[in-house]
Amino acid sequence: MTAYDTIILGAGHNGLVCAGYLAKGGQRVLVLEARHACGGLAASYEFHKGFRACLAQHVGHFPDRIVRDLNLAKHGFSPVHAAPDLIWLSPDGQHIRLAENRLSGVTQAEQRAYNRYSRLMNRFAAMLAPFWLKTVPPIGHNSLSEMLSFAELGLKLRLLGKDDMREFFRVVTLPMHDLMDEFLTHPGLKAMLSWDGLIGSRQAPRSPNNSVIQLLYRSASNTSKSLEVESLISALCESALERSVEIRTAARVVNIQVEPGSQGLRTLGVQLEDGETICAQRVVSSADPKTTFLKLLGAECLEIEFTNRIQRIRDRGLVSKLHLALDGLPSFTGLENPSGRLILAPDMDSIEYAYDHAKYGDLPDLPVLEITIPSLSNSGLAPEGQHVLSANILYTPYQLRDGWNEAARRLLFDRAMDVLESYAPGLRQRVLGHELLTPLDLEARFNTSGGHWHHGDLALDQLIMMRPTYGAAQYRTPIQGLYLCGAGSHPGGDVTGIPGHNAAKEILS
Amino acid sequence: MKRFDAIIIGAGHNGLTNAAYLAKAGLDVLVVEKNDYIGGAAVSRELYEGWIYSNCSYVCSIMRQALHRDLDLSRHGLMLIPYLGTVNFGHGGNHLIGYHSSEAAYNELKRHSRHDADAMFRIQADLNRYALVIRKTLLRTPPDPARLRIRDIQELLFLARQFWALGEKEIYEYVRFFTLSAADFLDEYFETDLIKSSMASSGIIGTALGVYSPGSSYILLHHVMGDVDGNIGAWGLARGGMGAISKALHSALQSFGGEVRTNAEVECILVKGGRATGVVLTSGEEIQAKIVVSNLDARRTFTKIMDKNDLPPGIYEKAKNYKFHGSSGKVNIALDGLPRFTNLPDNPYINRGSQVYPGSMQTLERAYDCWKHGRWSDVPFIESIIPSAWDPTVAPPGKHWMSNFIQYCPAELADGPWTPEKRHQFGQTVVNRIEEHSPGFKDLILHMEVRTPHEIEQEVGLTEGNIFQGELTIDQLLFNRPFPGYAQYRMPIKRMYMCGSSTHPGGGVSSACGANAAREILMDLSKPNTVPEDDCYDE
Repeated sequence: MTAYDTIILGAGHNGLVCAGYLAKGGQRVLVLEARHACGGLAASYEFHKGFRACLAQHVGHFPDRIVRDLNLAKHGFSPVHAAPDLIWLSPDGQHIRLAENRLSGVTQAEQRAYNRYSRLMNRFAAMLAPFWLKTVPPIGHNSLSEMLSFAELGLKLRLLGKDDMREFFRVVTLPMHDLMDEFLTHPGLKAMLSWDGLIGSRQAPRSPNNSVIQLLYRSASNTSKSLEVESLISALCESALERSVEIRTAARVVNIQVEPGSQGLRTLGVQLEDGETICAQRVVSSADPKTTFLKLLGAECLEIEFTNRIQRIRDRGLVSKLHLALDGLPSFTGLENPSGRLILAPDMDSIEYAYDHAKYGDLPDLPVLEITIPSLSNSGLAPEGQHVLSANILYTPYQLRDGWNEAARRLLFDRAMDVLESYAPGLRQRVLGHELLTPLDLEARFNTSGGHWHHGDLALDQLIMMRPTYGAAQYRTPIQGLYLCGAGSHPGGDVTGIPGHNAAKEILS
Repeated sequence: MKRFDAIIIGAGHNGLTNAAYLAKAGLDVLVVEKNDYIGGAAVSRELYEGWIYSNCSYVCSIMRQALHRDLDLSRHGLMLIPYLGTVNFGHGGNHLIGYHSSEAAYNELKRHSRHDADAMFRIQADLNRYALVIRKTLLRTPPDPARLRIRDIQELLFLARQFWALGEKEIYEYVRFFTLSAADFLDEYFETDLIKSSMASSGIIGTALGVYSPGSSYILLHHVMGDVDGNIGAWGLARGGMGAISKALHSALQSFGGEVRTNAEVECILVKGGRATGVVLTSGEEIQAKIVVSNLDARRTFTKIMDKNDLPPGIYEKAKNYKFHGSSGKVNIALDGLPRFTNLPDNPYINRGSQVYPGSMQTLERAYDCWKHGRWSDVPFIESIIPSAWDPTVAPPGKHWMSNFIQYCPAELADGPWTPEKRHQFGQTVVNRIEEHSPGFKDLILHMEVRTPHEIEQEVGLTEGNIFQGELTIDQLLFNRPFPGYAQYRMPIKRMYMCGSSTHPGGGVSSACGANAAREILMDLSKPNTVPEDDCYDE
């Protein structure tokens, strides 16, 4: 007898969204989380006595539809429609700030150039936005849904008008370096705007093909964006609990159990670390594809071709995380209000050169960083008057040439601190404690293969009907009753909840 | 004053091809060329007494066979001779020989790895399949997906049908192939670094991408989609040097009554009332023509020989944004004898093909990193070839001439412009690298010509010395080449066309750009088409 309709592996934001929708659809849902708290990579935790932080710095383009459907506002998540300020820091205090699509700190001419750039990119992002929030059917089947999808895409493209449509085909594969050069002149502005297209995946400003699409995905418009990840996770949990979803933490699944079914293998349930077996009609995994298929299911249950395709997913993380517990608000030269996302990269070349080291398994001499001070918007993260600084460090290879050891971690910490110190003199003295998480640490702590936030690079060959790979890109897998709902599925990573939403829709239909 | 039917600017191979097909249709055609020799980048020049240098392009593979046959280039003196083998040098005396015989090639691969020797069959089959789809588009005009006239829809459907015919799995694999880096693609097949780097090196030739850059696997394809005498993927030499191709095309053009004038540099294209009406030469002479075809690259055409005021708004900017990244150099050497290579059997096969110096994947990528920093690598990638080993016409008996292609060589150095001194140093870097594998090589050198992107731009007229007239990245291919909306060889000025490698299908001595442009021009003039359909190797 099965006690549950669905077991969801992982209480990350995607798992919780999926659980919420399934429960809303009348299913009995059990969420199993290996760690002691919900939230996965978006969970807040104490990293130094009295200081808490969270790996995800901000909520991405979280759709309003999910906020509405799951009643998240009632549970304390207040959607904000403006992206956090984006600030390019310069050591001499000549900053650039992008707030609500308005630039300050650049010349009039540059402002106009930016307007041209953002008009085009916003049109492209808006055109693609509807395709993120639905399942994209596979191609080559000549099915009706396939034809409709293509027709819709074709129509949307055509509605851009002749010139913009042509521009889209050209711009979509440009390297960031070329795209920025075509519009802008200020080196700092170029570095700042290219950031979202680069971070997380294995690419630098001169790498073609993938970065524009990542940028467009991350700037999908008209949705909730905020720095308050913590309230989102608690709202998701409460919303799920209210619909009588059962959430069990510290319940590590070691095995997805299968039995022969009418069409190949079908899921039976899962086995926990302590040997307990829980049965359910279906299993939905929000873990990354490699963990799901190779660790939990096992290659013996899959065809060799499929296994090979899972194995070749590029999911080696390149971002390290640094949390600092500070005894006060850091002061950045010439910056009055440090709320928002601060980019510490002098120009695109410095990003490129930081990447070059990582290609050969070395640490960058001069890492480039994105930092936020989450305690500014969420005062509960640090004792009163004190603050938390959270930094993403690029590019730090998963496989360091001589392996990650204490010396390497120390070196990375020192180099990152040197960079920070050059923008905020005296910062070092304010540090009460720190935590450095390399991709290897992220993998160990959050059970994500390669320590990759997006569960796999956002690249053209790992997107849409190829995410994570064909044969599993519509949330269903070759195993009957096994579904995917994590960032490794369409449309991809960031705190968006969209893969969870799409997977639930697919299951309910 | 005489008014020609068509003037073609630039007597490169595409210009000559274009002129030949227009003349074949009965047009009164004039080709004007700034240099005192024809051929553009496909030339044979006696730069040292007794030696014939193909001092730009040096091998032939993607020349369209249909055009070769149709223009009867063999009768006009063109003879292609295939390569027999290649040798790839790794580090520490390691090498990999690519034999012509499949059994010998397999055994050689097996010496490195049994797994990789077997994987070579798979990758060759896959590459050939991928190349087939591209090859079918070479002699066709790309559709304009935004215009959707009947012909555009037909061409779009043609493309879609090619893809759909692949089947679901293959479509996905194809998309992957297009977007992957050469390194990622090859990692899926091979385990041996030298085999990977030997294959990968063709993914970086002429382009400002590294083996780890996404998109470099496509260029790998660009170098395997050719054929010599129907032998797909084969490479060959033109007997008498690359100039033999230009000479044969010129001879074909003359047989149709066309005319070429050398030492005739175009100052500007004449535009009256939104129509091209002719050209003005630097000598001041005006030549009138009904149509003007530019074989120059897109940036040179719109920013150097046209008046910005004659152009519709936006075109000048598009031409400025069209991407060239000069990244290749050339060192041409006259040798006193045949060089010998350490650790290699004294095998005639080795000298009748190219000697390639990929080193390793890291060596290739680090050379690219140097380029990004505006300098050349101490361990550059070199592709050498000694044509005189099997073409006796290019060097005196017993002597030899050697062509070395170098990737990467920056168009602009970080520490200032190119000087003769820096050029010399660059040449020495190349010679030293060869000397490592062939002790005594330096002593054989009788004469040496070093060409950086700077010289290539000055003499041949290729912007930044880019051998493809513009980067071969997805944003500049098919209907995006040279820029969106103008990929069908017609330019924003009426009666003006482009026929160079800046247009579809891009660089390489293929003659396809010139032929495609001719087909469009003849269509506009309501003349019967003289351009043949491409060969199909499908079934």
